Amino acid sequence: MRKTLTWGLTAAQWALLVLVALPVAVFSVWAMVDNTRLYFVTLLNGLTLASLYFIVASGFTLVFGLMRNVNLAHGSLYLLGGYVGFVVAERTGWWILAIAAGFLAAAIAGLLIQVLILRHMQGQDLRQTMVTIGLSIVIADLLLWGFTGQVHQMEAPQWLHGPIRGLPVVNAYSAYRLSLLGFGIAIGVFLWWLLSRTRVGAMIRAGVDDRAMLSAAGVNVNLVFAVTFMLGAGLAGFGGVIGAVEFSMVPGEDTRLLLASLIVVIVGGMGSVVGAAIGAVILGLAETYGLAYAPTYSVVFTFLILILVLAFRPRGIMGRAA
Amino acid sequence: MSAAHWRRAMNSAAASALARGAGVPARVPASRSRPPVARPVEVDPYADSSAPRWLKFLWRHLGPRHVLLPLLALVFPLVATPFFTFQVAAQALVLGLVALSLTFLAGYGGMVSLAQLTVAGIAGYSVAIFGVSGTAVSLGWPWWVCVPLALAIATVCATLIGWLSVRTEGIYTIMITLAIGVAFYYLVLQNYSVFNGFQGFQKVYPPTVLGIDWRSPLPFYYLCLACSLAGYLVVKWLVRAPFGIALQGIRDNPRRMNALGYNVVAHRVAAYAVAGLIAAVGGVLLVWYNGLISPGSVSTTWLINILVIAVLGGMRHPIGSFVGAVVFVLLQTFAIDLIDRERFNLVIGGVFLAIVLFSPDGLLGLWAWLRSRFGPEQAVTATTSNSRRRT
Repeated sequence: MRKTLTWGLTAAQWALLVLVALPVAVFSVWAMVDNTRLYFVTLLNGLTLASLYFIVASGFTLVFGLMRNVNLAHGSLYLLGGYVGFVVAERTGWWILAIAAGFLAAAIAGLLIQVLILRHMQGQDLRQTMVTIGLSIVIADLLLWGFTGQVHQMEAPQWLHGPIRGLPVVNAYSAYRLSLLGFGIAIGVFLWWLLSRTRVGAMIRAGVDDRAMLSAAGVNVNLVFAVTFMLGAGLAGFGGVIGAVEFSMVPGEDTRLLLASLIVVIVGGMGSVVGAAIGAVILGLAETYGLAYAPTYSVVFTFLILILVLAFRPRGIMGRAA
Repeated sequence: MSAAHWRRAMNSAAASALARGAGVPARVPASRSRPPVARPVEVDPYADSSAPRWLKFLWRHLGPRHVLLPLLALVFPLVATPFFTFQVAAQALVLGLVALSLTFLAGYGGMVSLAQLTVAGIAGYSVAIFGVSGTAVSLGWPWWVCVPLALAIATVCATLIGWLSVRTEGIYTIMITLAIGVAFYYLVLQNYSVFNGFQGFQKVYPPTVLGIDWRSPLPFYYLCLACSLAGYLVVKWLVRAPFGIALQGIRDNPRRMNALGYNVVAHRVAAYAVAGLIAAVGGVLLVWYNGLISPGSVSTTWLINILVIAVLGGMRHPIGSFVGAVVFVLLQTFAIDLIDRERFNLVIGGVFLAIVLFSPDGLLGLWAWLRSRFGPEQAVTATTSNSRRRT
């Protein structure tokens, strides 16, 4: 079995590298010569979109890695966080408060789901997944009831309004979109710190490897599960608030983000935060470049990536055997 | 290998594994409630009579419900209103047929695919693209070309989807098929040259054949009934055939079946192909029923609705999908009178949640439980619903 991708590549991996890297390189050279600014603006767009995807999908992958639980209500939690953040921002005018509220609302909803329902069917993967499907239908409809079907758009905070000027090549770029990149990196660093430098993180990592052993070692596994689920759901809510400024909130966004999370974790490998980052970058870039250069077929690119990854690495780029 | 052999082999193997200690059973997926494998017939009272084989078969397997239910389905439209025949009964049969393909895959193959409606949608879109519709994109070929073509295309696509998703297992399959389904939705939404984008295709009607207008309620209902019955019987027959038995073995323990010399991947892909064909027939009927197909018909809501129907009825038996479909359509049609039409999703989501939480085997499971509890003693039912379910 191949364990990790190293420089001692096998023939199949070289073939894959040539199959993927070569067209990408050729395209990049052509696009840069053709229109340098468009190429780099699209690159920035892709990376900022990727950081939103990463924030949402990292919560998804965290929950899956620990509990083997595909939370298909993740998109609904994203939308819930966005709406709560919208209401709070409208009432108080504080954007930071809105982010905290969105995070908390989704985290509490996630905690309730985990404690009230999922805990009672531990180990029944399929049933848990179906329950989350049912929950996503109910939550989506409740949100539609409460906030109607019209488009909600959040205002960016004052200090992130308008474009940043004077950048090389790109000239001007939206300050808010650029801040998304910062958020993504910050969340990534935070997760890395949490998982590899703290006691809770050590427990989560141990739980990913062997749940029964962790429990036998005297750790309250249910508590670890609850905390992880809260964190994962909270990240979805967080993504909902910061996504609500750049992308509007309408019923249907939940499915879009759920699909994005699914593809990110399938491509990146389930349960791996690094994999989520890689998957998010690939998906974000593919989607934006697709939209910029071949609008009708942008979905096809995403789909092709999915097929390629599944054909060569069925468990995703950073995935390990379950 | 007959069903009885298979059962005995499984039981003795499981017993020996238990005797050896608790190490081995951990590999067996514990969460699945299993539809019973075709049971062996203990005593055959007709064994030495001189009746022909098919008559003996009927005697042995036919109960009152097997006669009454089809009779009811045949006579019912003659007394019901056209609205009831078309909007309720025909729709339930069509949705039940698509859900049947999922029941076959999930209940007997252990692969929960959310892309079954996508396969149906591919068939529906093919009929609309190659056949006659109100849109200029359509090619306008006659029905006897485009219907078989649509079925073939959808079956090939289902095989490809299956080939892609059997590389993964369990919950991964759900995610990948969901991703495929949603990707198809966005493809038909964004593509105007072939799929006509947001508009989709209108006025896709069943043809007039043999002087009968198949669009009017009564003929359409009987068409749906014939297709559903055919699909049901095919599934019933298939799960008792060697292929179906092997498939159930793969569902329960793929490694053991592999060791026995069965090609696990080939069986799974074949199951996807069969389910794809069933779903494709349902898809053609669905586009004729609606008279149109648009991205909305293959949206996530509908992908999940098919799962809801299959789970609602119960995946232990092929009839479950039709039971689920009838309940679903009745809820959809009459929930409006009780509550706001906009809140239908809340009702169906709530019912689905309740079923998944309290009766994992769906309405059929509920029925089996009621019968074992209040009905006359039913040894087989009691064992299947209590001892074989490991919760």
